[in-house]
Amino acid sequence: MNGLPKLIFETSREGKTGYSFREPDWSEGDVPPAVDPAKLREGIDDFPQLSEVEIVRHYTALSRLNYSVDGNFYPLGSCTMKYNPKVNEKIAALDGFQVHPYAPVDTVQGSLEVIRLLEEWLTRVTGMAAFTLTPAAGAHGEFTGILIVRKYLVSRGDPRKIVLIPDSAHGTNPASAHFAGYDIREIPSGPGGIIELETVEKNLGKDVAALMMTNPNTLGIFERNIGPIADALHRNGSLLYMDGANMNALLGIVRPGELGADVLHLNLHKTFSTPHGGGGPGSGPVGVSAPLVPFLPVPRIRRSGDLLEVADSGAGSIGRVKNFYGQFLVMVRALAYLMSLGSEHIRRVAEDAVLNANYLRKRLEGVLDLPYPSPTMHEVVFSDKGLPAKTLDIAKRLLDYGVHPFTIYFPLIVPGAMMIEPTETESKETIDEFVEIIKKIIGEAGTDPAALAQAPRRTPVRRLDETQAARRPVLRWQRRSGA
Amino acid sequence: MRYLPLTDAERGEMCSTLGISDVRELFGCIAPERCFYPLDDFPPALSESELIQRFRGFALRNSYPEFLSFLGAGAYPHFIPEVVNSLSAKGEFLTPYTPYQPEVSQGNLQAMFEYQTMMTMLTGMDVSNASLYDGGTAAAEGALLTIRKSGKPRILISSSLHPEYAEIIRTYVQNLHYELLTVGSDRSSGKVDITDLERKLDERTAAFLFQSPNFFGVIEDNGILAEAVHRRNGYAVQVVAEAMSLPFLVPPGRCGVDVVAGEAQSFGLPLSFGGPYLGFLAARDGFLRQMPGRIVGETRDADGKRGYVLTLSTREQHIKREKATSNICTNQAWCAIRAAMYLATMGKVGLTKISRINHQNAAYFVRRVSPFSHVRVRYGRDFFNEVVLEILHGESVDFYERLRKKGILAGIPLGRFFADFGNALLISFTEMHDREMIDRLVAAIGDRP
Repeated sequence: MNGLPKLIFETSREGKTGYSFREPDWSEGDVPPAVDPAKLREGIDDFPQLSEVEIVRHYTALSRLNYSVDGNFYPLGSCTMKYNPKVNEKIAALDGFQVHPYAPVDTVQGSLEVIRLLEEWLTRVTGMAAFTLTPAAGAHGEFTGILIVRKYLVSRGDPRKIVLIPDSAHGTNPASAHFAGYDIREIPSGPGGIIELETVEKNLGKDVAALMMTNPNTLGIFERNIGPIADALHRNGSLLYMDGANMNALLGIVRPGELGADVLHLNLHKTFSTPHGGGGPGSGPVGVSAPLVPFLPVPRIRRSGDLLEVADSGAGSIGRVKNFYGQFLVMVRALAYLMSLGSEHIRRVAEDAVLNANYLRKRLEGVLDLPYPSPTMHEVVFSDKGLPAKTLDIAKRLLDYGVHPFTIYFPLIVPGAMMIEPTETESKETIDEFVEIIKKIIGEAGTDPAALAQAPRRTPVRRLDETQAARRPVLRWQRRSGA
Repeated sequence: MRYLPLTDAERGEMCSTLGISDVRELFGCIAPERCFYPLDDFPPALSESELIQRFRGFALRNSYPEFLSFLGAGAYPHFIPEVVNSLSAKGEFLTPYTPYQPEVSQGNLQAMFEYQTMMTMLTGMDVSNASLYDGGTAAAEGALLTIRKSGKPRILISSSLHPEYAEIIRTYVQNLHYELLTVGSDRSSGKVDITDLERKLDERTAAFLFQSPNFFGVIEDNGILAEAVHRRNGYAVQVVAEAMSLPFLVPPGRCGVDVVAGEAQSFGLPLSFGGPYLGFLAARDGFLRQMPGRIVGETRDADGKRGYVLTLSTREQHIKREKATSNICTNQAWCAIRAAMYLATMGKVGLTKISRINHQNAAYFVRRVSPFSHVRVRYGRDFFNEVVLEILHGESVDFYERLRKKGILAGIPLGRFFADFGNALLISFTEMHDREMIDRLVAAIGDRP
């Protein structure tokens, strides 16, 4: 069969059944609805009706249209698309973890132990004093972290007004700080692609609450001035927020808490190998230094004798940021990952990630433009400057070669950016092949520009008209009148 | 290590390509005195079989599965057909990133488009986004949505909103200079006190946020509430914590509601100790440009073929930064696709039937306990699948413990959330309970010491 699958609503036929369940032992006559009949719904117009086999075919067909880490190399920079271990899925699916979040605490000690252990692991690998695991994703962790910053500063008498954010930062940083009640002041990266101490000092007034620093930053460069910058911030009564989205480069190497970070968020769906799920669920734990511990969100898990208990309120706490305990099954997977690594392999993750990125950089230097020659950590950013092809066209042509493109046009400070993150779970052979494909595409750009301009041709659909999608939004299927 | 494909020989080869003798040289930019801290106090690596054993151990320490449970309050045990587990476990759904390259993401994009469509059908709204984190954060985003849309600073929330949702809304707006006011409930019906609502509504009110079925299980008169709010030019936001009520009741969109926000865990997501779940947000067309989160739209490719893309991204943080409609980036995409799989499998007829069984189970329980003199169902009409049981003699905790000794978790003691509900349990029923289980609960309640 050619083309995309029909929409599930178009396949649906009146009278088909995909469900089965036992009818209850009584009829509505025995137990009449205890609801005003005017409130009862007759049915859901146009809702799908399919048999089980058709459901399976539909979603199997859809699955075939997706690119995935399980299928191939996914060098999407800043996303850490590493392999997601299969055993962690098995573990997350254990029946015993299917417990209710309001179950009495003594009946869910195993689950609470998982949370406590993961908190402990994260504390150890980051050097922070304590962690909350409740935030749902990276941006949610940022928001939580900045709320903590603010509550702490309020407790000292002055919440201040401004959060400093480098121009290379991910867009979630300013958005999160804004929703936490701060104005944003963007500060420029220096010529080496990192923040200079002088730049921070120049912007440090008594109204500055914190600096949000991604380290390694989105250029894949370690912010080597972090120590003196942290000192300058602390002298000013300001805090250092570290965005740990790129912690994969530092696992087992260095602990942000020892570099002066006051608040740090991690992405379990990046560094800690939990699957991205096509855009979530993630998990964005937040670690804090000792003075900030009282401000962590609820719930908090505490040991009391042999029992783990749950505290639902705390005097200084920012409050609750998410229902229940957070994305529990994501935590299960992350803990399983850390336990698999153990003391023997945890450092090897960062070493291989950084080695792969540097090797890839070395092999592509001279092929692509390298705007910042500073040492590369886990990812490298090239640009299309001086190339016979634009970044977008190179990316789309990669699809024809069966490889997912790198992150494009980010960070914003590099025009035509190509942000490549191979991760440690890729072989040398894969990276070598990728390099050869890139070289071939750059060659094609000179000899066969149409191949790039019209790419991709071998994908299920070709380039899609995003302008039309936004101008005349069609956001749901609707039965055409008369149909 | 089985997750790391590089061999030592390759590492050596790659180092020589880089002109270094040791990979550690690549970390020279980091303060050397802080680098390569000792890892001796970390636990040793576990093999795959040891790992499984260890986690089976954690799972076994949860005694909850041994109980007959009637816990709900925002997390509901519904049956999940195996097709949902099996299909969603495919690596092609589990291991992609957000569909930034639509040409190789049509599977997820189409599945999201179908999810959005099903959510608009269930809620009676015009647009749905592609997911939010959970019910509580969706409620908060729903409140912020109406503030952006109206430019007004005040939100009213009903006292029968899920207490955790209310806490999350408070956390979200704590620094934003908006005013939050609580509207009380009528003591006898358990519904919003309409007089109190009308007294508190004013022209500065962006929206009234109420939950229906509310935290106590009672179905609100959402049409009357929406009308009252509209008279003062505000928006009616209905929060739905039990999405299984949507196929049971006339959809909010047909009752005048403007925004529906809530939790769709009931659609194919297991209890999982509270997460990952699925926040949803649906609204009337006019809210579209202010909606938070991802939205998938239909378009055409270069050959004119139908396809799907993430759209209206000028609302989002990666374009608008601090001026974005929300900071959300990673959301609950996989959970939304599971929900779509669940909804498609249950289908039009199955969903209606199941939602009715949920209600009937609760109604059966209410009828069975009505002769008892030592307990009372507080709101005996207009409930969906949850009811409040008041214990007239003795504290609910003792009562609860007594039933627990019989292997029954008879609901959630409401004193945990509300001081004035110290002697009440919130009892929840789904299609997972059969007559025998409910009879067991009723017998245990009736069996007084």
